[in-house]
Amino acid sequence: MDKLLDIENISLSFGGIKALTDVSFDVYKNEIRAIIGPNGAGKSSMLNVINGVYKPQKGQVSFKGKYWENITPFKVANLGIARTFQNIALFKGMSVLDNIMTGRSLKMKSNLLEQALYFGKNKKEEILNRTKVEEIIDFLQIEHIRKTLVGKLPYGLQKRVELARALAAEPELLLLDEPMAGMNIEEKQDMCRFILDVNEHFKTTIVLIEHDMGVVMDISDRIVVLDYGLKIGDGSPQDIRDNQKVIDAYLGVG
Amino acid sequence: MTFFLEVLIGGLLSGVMYSLVALGFVLIYKASGVFNFAQGAMVFFAALSFVGIQINFGLSFWPTLMVVIILMIIVGVLTEKFVLRPLVNQPQITLFMATIGLTFFLEGLAQLVWGTDVHPLDIGIEDAPIEFILDRFDMVISAFDLFAAIISGTLVVSLAIFFQVTKIGRALRAVADDHQAALSIGIPLKQIWAIVWSVAGFVALVAGLMWGSRNGVQFALTFVALKALPVLIIGGFDSVLGAILGGLIIGALEKLAEVYIGPMLGGGIEGWFAYVAALLFLLIRPEGMFGEKKIDRI
Amino acid sequence: MFYRENGQFKISYSKDQALLTISQDKFFIFALVAFSLLIVPFIASDYWLTAILIPFLVFTLAALGLNILTGYAGQLSLGTAAFMAVGAYAAYNFQIRVPNIPIIFSFIGGGLIAAAVGVLFGLPSLRIRGFYLAVATLAAQFFIPWLLIKVEWFSNYNPSGVITTPPVTFFGFIIDTPVSKYIFILVIVILLTILAKNLIRSKIGRSWMAVRDMDIAAEVIGIPIMKTKLIAFAVSSFYCGVAGAVYAFLYLGSVEPDGFNIDLSFRILFMIIIGGIGSVMGSYFGAAFITLLPILLENIIHFLAVALSITISSAVTSVLQLLIFGALIIFFLIVEPHGLARLWSILKEKLRLWPFPY
Repeated sequence: MDKLLDIENISLSFGGIKALTDVSFDVYKNEIRAIIGPNGAGKSSMLNVINGVYKPQKGQVSFKGKYWENITPFKVANLGIARTFQNIALFKGMSVLDNIMTGRSLKMKSNLLEQALYFGKNKKEEILNRTKVEEIIDFLQIEHIRKTLVGKLPYGLQKRVELARALAAEPELLLLDEPMAGMNIEEKQDMCRFILDVNEHFKTTIVLIEHDMGVVMDISDRIVVLDYGLKIGDGSPQDIRDNQKVIDAYLGVG
Repeated sequence: MTFFLEVLIGGLLSGVMYSLVALGFVLIYKASGVFNFAQGAMVFFAALSFVGIQINFGLSFWPTLMVVIILMIIVGVLTEKFVLRPLVNQPQITLFMATIGLTFFLEGLAQLVWGTDVHPLDIGIEDAPIEFILDRFDMVISAFDLFAAIISGTLVVSLAIFFQVTKIGRALRAVADDHQAALSIGIPLKQIWAIVWSVAGFVALVAGLMWGSRNGVQFALTFVALKALPVLIIGGFDSVLGAILGGLIIGALEKLAEVYIGPMLGGGIEGWFAYVAALLFLLIRPEGMFGEKKIDRI
Repeated sequence: MFYRENGQFKISYSKDQALLTISQDKFFIFALVAFSLLIVPFIASDYWLTAILIPFLVFTLAALGLNILTGYAGQLSLGTAAFMAVGAYAAYNFQIRVPNIPIIFSFIGGGLIAAAVGVLFGLPSLRIRGFYLAVATLAAQFFIPWLLIKVEWFSNYNPSGVITTPPVTFFGFIIDTPVSKYIFILVIVILLTILAKNLIRSKIGRSWMAVRDMDIAAEVIGIPIMKTKLIAFAVSSFYCGVAGAVYAFLYLGSVEPDGFNIDLSFRILFMIIIGGIGSVMGSYFGAAFITLLPILLENIIHFLAVALSITISSAVTSVLQLLIFGALIIFFLIVEPHGLARLWSILKEKLRLWPFPY
């Protein structure tokens, strides 16, 4: 199994608060890796480090074998890493279609003048990318809301749109931050199906933060457990289920 | 050297005046999260009403003051009722633009009622050099400037204490942070806002009297509000202490720049110097001197 | 009944992303353009052309510029008038110093110089946000007019920085009648509107809106924030610069730096607030509203004065205007914060259902 992402001894603190302490784990290509743990364990911070939003005080990240120096969110996006957010970070003033189209920004190359004149290169590019985006819209079954203003959609659909936007970038690595938070059983099932499809169909590697243990045990290949910024478990779902430390900190008995 | 000190002190004193206006902004921002662009118009409105009442009704200083204070409280209450309440929980930019509308409204109203002439305002202190200091230190420092500084300083300090220490002060800070949260714990939003805007109105009145006596009460007084912006940038939008220090810094820098740098550039730099200074300051410290750093959580 | 989309299926993405997707809209816009180009010149009086239509068009252009920056890209600017000034003075200098330069080149040159200055004053936006940025633009607003007076070369050594623009010629025709000026400006405004709409429906438009709505998320998905903001400043200032050039050359004829003051900046800000922030149509509505309002008020007040047999001085009229202005802004923000453009969309929605109530 190839390693796609390697997290080595990451320590992150904000002023006096230690968000992550000496966390290391890896992510294989094509796998679904879950990060679990109680609230405040540092899971979102970990994703933010991978994204380049936070800079760790100690430790290194390597992606496809290359270590990162002076990484910024923009550079990370260019490397083929996309993500969704815990508190939805959609562009509330735009329609679903436009939001997903922003996910294609890196693939669109027309310059300013070409865009101002529209016809010609820019129009071709717009249509090409629109076609791709429509494929994703089909895949996630959100055709009926494509022209709706995102701010008007219910929470569950917003989450789906966010996923669509992340997918639009055709990422190699997809980071999902609690993609099923606040959803009912049906919505969760749908989302699980989508995530599995993305992993199988597009061969995207997925790192996923999630609280629903049923989901996590079902769909992940491997799991990392964080508690108070420390790694307390790393392995297959079975390993984690039997891990006493994890049970004490998070899973509870039964 | 004495000349430098003279310019410096003159600048500091006029800076105190800036602080006064900035203070009104800070009060309202601290308590309602609204950037009240109309503060300058309130200064103008208060000053013009003061002169208007004096001239038309022949009242002396203290009675007129009382009347105008009541007037400003009414303005505060009405603003809360007709401008703020309908817009509660709208984004900041909407509220800001509403205060721009309020600015024009107050300017128009004041001049409609009291006329458009420029009026001098006399509060009994002369804008003449203080004999004592002139004799002793050979420096020209205006008695008026000093008086204004003392009044402003006292006001600022008392307000600072008020915010930190009293229950109402705490409630105001809660409201500024989050309207809905404050409502949900039972803070009477309407009353708090009415109080704050009235206090801001009072501050505007004091500022209006000071500025009005110095420059005459005229329409341009509204643009004093714009000058308060660099003060707020340097001092932070939500710090009373910052308003004081920011005002002093801007006042001093402006005067010094006009005297020492001005001649090199052909003069007249007072019109833009404060803004450019604030701009450069922001590039180094985007939150202002005392402002809070914004940490975005995603 | 008339405004139905029945049967209008978009069978290609191309058609779906067109500027005018509903055929009734297409018809309406074409009719409007034809009307304003072909009929208005013959029926409008000189007064209407010079006092209402021409300033309306000039301000629409400036409002478009401001809307791009503040409405679409979310960068608050209080310095619109300053960028107009740059455009006006730059165009003037091109026109008088470069022999035989076509007027269009001077206008474009004015716009480009304004764009460059816009980028310069937009650099702080990379560190500063929200109201703080407004102060940066205020720095531009106060500094630029001062500079235009101080550096006498800009106004060709005229006293107080006043410049009187040379006559405008276009392919041999002298543009000096109200009708010719109107048509010339109208064509410029239509072309620039189309360009603006194209930008907005393309990648840069979406990037602007993304940066406006949540810039951190925008960065994470690969939108270069710095570049996007600076392009917004550049394009916006270009539009304001061209508006300034047209303002000087074809409307006022002679301008001075003080004429591009903070009052003008606020006026244009009001146009986009009332017209609709983040809407091209809103820029038109807002400009129309703000241009017509003073005239309307004057007429109403005059009428009232005559009807009630009282004299109302012009000072009172202008003061009354301020008051009503301010009240209207507050009113609009309470009732429809998205301005006239939103009211228009609501109207169209109702029109879709007409004559049925729902």
